[in-house]
Amino acid sequence: MLNRQGRSTAAGEAGAARAATFTGNRALRIEEALIFEIGRPEVSGVDLDEPPDFALRLGGLERTAPIGLPGLSEPETVRHYVRLSRNNYSIDAGLYPLGSCTMKHNPRLNEKMARVPGFADIHPLQPLSTVPGALALIAELSRWLIELTGMPAVAMSPKAGAHGELTGMMAIKAALLARGERRSVVLVPESAHGTNPATAALLGYRVEAVPARADGTVDAAEVERHMTQDVAAIMLTNPNTCGLFERDIAAIARLVHAAGAFVYADGANFNAIMGKVRPGDLGVDAIHLNLHKTFSTPHGGGGPGAGPVAFSRALAPFAPVPCLTAGASGLAYVEQAEDAPPPARPLGRLCAFHGQMGMFVRALAYMMSHGADGLRQAAEDAVLNANYVRASLADLMSLPYGNRPCMHEALFDDAWLDGTGITTLDFAKAMIDEGYHPMTVYFPLVVHGAMLIEPTESESKASLDLFTATLRDLALAARRGDTERFAGAPRYAPRRRLDETRAARHPVLRWSPPKPEAAE
Amino acid sequence: MRYLPLTDEDRAEMLARVGVAGIDDLFADVPPDVLRRDLPDLPHRRSEVEVERALGRLAAENVAAGAVPFFVGCGAYRHHVPATVDHLVQRSEFLTSYTPYQPEIAQGTLQYLFEFQTQVAMLTGMEVANASMYDGSTAAAEAVLMAHRITRRHKAVLAGNLHPHYRDTVATVSRLADHEVVAAPPAPAGEEGLIGLIDDSVSCVVVQVPDVFGHLNDLTALAARTQAAGALLIAVVTEIVSLGLIVPPGQMGADIVVGEGQSLGNSLSFGGPYLGLLATRQKYVRQMPGRLAGATVDAEGQRSYVLTLSAREQHIRREKATSNICTSSGLCALAFTIHLTLLGEAGLRRLARLNHARAVALADALTRVPGVTVLNRAFFNEFTVRVPGDAADVIERLARAGVLGGVPFSRLEPRRRELSDLVVVAATELNTDEDAAAYAAALTEVLAC
Repeated sequence: MLNRQGRSTAAGEAGAARAATFTGNRALRIEEALIFEIGRPEVSGVDLDEPPDFALRLGGLERTAPIGLPGLSEPETVRHYVRLSRNNYSIDAGLYPLGSCTMKHNPRLNEKMARVPGFADIHPLQPLSTVPGALALIAELSRWLIELTGMPAVAMSPKAGAHGELTGMMAIKAALLARGERRSVVLVPESAHGTNPATAALLGYRVEAVPARADGTVDAAEVERHMTQDVAAIMLTNPNTCGLFERDIAAIARLVHAAGAFVYADGANFNAIMGKVRPGDLGVDAIHLNLHKTFSTPHGGGGPGAGPVAFSRALAPFAPVPCLTAGASGLAYVEQAEDAPPPARPLGRLCAFHGQMGMFVRALAYMMSHGADGLRQAAEDAVLNANYVRASLADLMSLPYGNRPCMHEALFDDAWLDGTGITTLDFAKAMIDEGYHPMTVYFPLVVHGAMLIEPTESESKASLDLFTATLRDLALAARRGDTERFAGAPRYAPRRRLDETRAARHPVLRWSPPKPEAAE
Repeated sequence: MRYLPLTDEDRAEMLARVGVAGIDDLFADVPPDVLRRDLPDLPHRRSEVEVERALGRLAAENVAAGAVPFFVGCGAYRHHVPATVDHLVQRSEFLTSYTPYQPEIAQGTLQYLFEFQTQVAMLTGMEVANASMYDGSTAAAEAVLMAHRITRRHKAVLAGNLHPHYRDTVATVSRLADHEVVAAPPAPAGEEGLIGLIDDSVSCVVVQVPDVFGHLNDLTALAARTQAAGALLIAVVTEIVSLGLIVPPGQMGADIVVGEGQSLGNSLSFGGPYLGLLATRQKYVRQMPGRLAGATVDAEGQRSYVLTLSAREQHIRREKATSNICTSSGLCALAFTIHLTLLGEAGLRRLARLNHARAVALADALTRVPGVTVLNRAFFNEFTVRVPGDAADVIERLARAGVLGGVPFSRLEPRRRELSDLVVVAATELNTDEDAAAYAAALTEVLAC
């Protein structure tokens, strides 16, 4: 979650030159070339037999020209990727306070169970009679999600949060079309994730921004002012991206429903309330759940995720296929929209097959380990940890909505940096030198120079004490005008600041073979 | 609870520092009538051993592909994944990192994405590729939206032999985004008649190669006709290993190539997580969906990588973004790129050849089964057979006999009764001669009674 509004994208000052070594390496840190520079096309790290001579049946489409792919032997491959990995920060190695992204501990039991052949080595189109355990697992995970959301149905196939948003908003559009209504507006608070307006726009809706009131939450009266018969839905994140619970949400839901529209909830922050508050009790019609944020499946450097969507009674008939339906003879698995029993009117199919099974296994392993009691405790600890960070920094850094309780993340702005010449980005980069991944910066957009800190429940008190002591030291340095510590940061990372402008102006998106040198 | 480091003593101290009497004070904005003390229908915490047992029991109810002669494909393929791949993927620094928003401490992810993009571009015969989509089917839907943006038209023509799940995925998005879709009917004998559907209102033609029945077709003429109408040709590849042996769509004139990358590095996992591939021409790069890693330098002039052209993306452009995609399939892309690096060009070509050899041998074996005909003239590692009677029933009886013999086409198209005698059969390097013999014997027996 990062927005670059108002931030510099140039590399910044170079600072001190790096100490020279012959290799460019620095002890454990190895400069690693691209596979295209170290691989050879004839080398392979996989031993395969050459098939005996046979007549090809390719209809004359045999590939003859070289592809250009490099190969590495197994030891070279291992070394290449191990070296690359050591240039990455990770939650396993340290606190990762990315607000709204929820970097919590990823239990290895999840990984182990997802790799059991009975889950990992089953095909999505083998006969359903040969995969009863897979269907039972999907049913059990659905049951958990239904209980946790207090909503009657859940679509399991969406592939990630944004895909879940699309699914939910499609169900809303389908429900309106079934009523013979074409509405054209979707209300989105200014603090929303970028995926919300992007999703609404994809479905042809005009996005109308709803400003927050001074305390950072959406005012029911403001929503009412925007409500017309042309509004299809409001997309609300609760807790919102400022880390605050939308306390008017039930009232908002009532007035949205009275106008014949729907409430979409972005469940990115469900980890703050799981086991404590059920979105169904707040009047939500559809909410996606990020299994990779809330239920500990790994983020893997940008996915895969999984984004099941829970539906209210009004939207449940429009849930996509495939879906599980309860029939006379127990649960039935419906793969074709036409096969769904009435009153179901599935909106269609969102992707091939059944969804992110590997993520389902991981998420269920996490839920079963915690139990309902443990999930509630995890939510409470996440909220407590965030408030502890807030309380530990409130005297030095500024809080845009006052020093009052937050949910799972604490939002600071850059007002306290005024006059120091130091920006939010500088502060974030200085954290890197201290061994921390920065918090989410410049998001949400409603706050200037935002710094959004989400420690999650995975951090111990000792870990938070050191983290807040570090931020306090940095904050004091900033206030003293020690610009040196910030302007050149990071100094000790594998790279100094990158020239992002150059990357965008002259995009180099792939390796290309070096051009033959021109004769001098 | 083993995942929670705070002790009750810690909690008490921390609440005191925060200045509240109890945890409920931090939930004061929640209306009291909706705050839950318990969810009585859900179980309480369990030990690692208990969870392992319970999930292990569910897993044991499934027939794992490795336990039987296995010939199921249709968009997901069982290949051997070298042990090195999963070992490297599970390294903490890859597994538990986030999207590389802070490039100074994410060069590992960014470099492998840059390498991945290059490999995908080379393999598909295109100029650029993105850093992955959710899967092949959603990549196809995104490619259609991309073609609409480029051509400013809103009608897609879908080949009849496009995987029905892909067709349905594109159709669902198109219908609810108010775009038009024209889908040709399935043609099990081989695609024909697409050219007649192309006129100057069409934005793109989506065609699969090898197609869902396994047929291999040259796309060159279709590409030329499509482009002459001002439309784009989108080629879908669901079996990426095929590109080790057959002419890539880019060379046949495709404007966008989308693919399912699962075959390299990723397990079947009942359909996900997989990874979508999306490659195109350089001139369309600013209309691409999804993340792109690019090369640049840092403040000391060192070669570095960074997410770039983000002005296309939702976190910057919001409602004007090229897509709403955020999280994609980073880790699956890592598995793909490691597997492909291990294979190298020589290994990939050998692997592809081996797959084709297995499929040819299997087709010959099944042709000899009385009553069975193979429909394909040209194919890669998958082909379609016609069986006497109901194919779904035949596959079910084969399963009871311990052979997973393919996908009855009615599983994908139950409404088309005329196709209910077709089975799509795949063979890979993992199938042995004994597997093929066992399949032919079981099929002979099933059809005889």
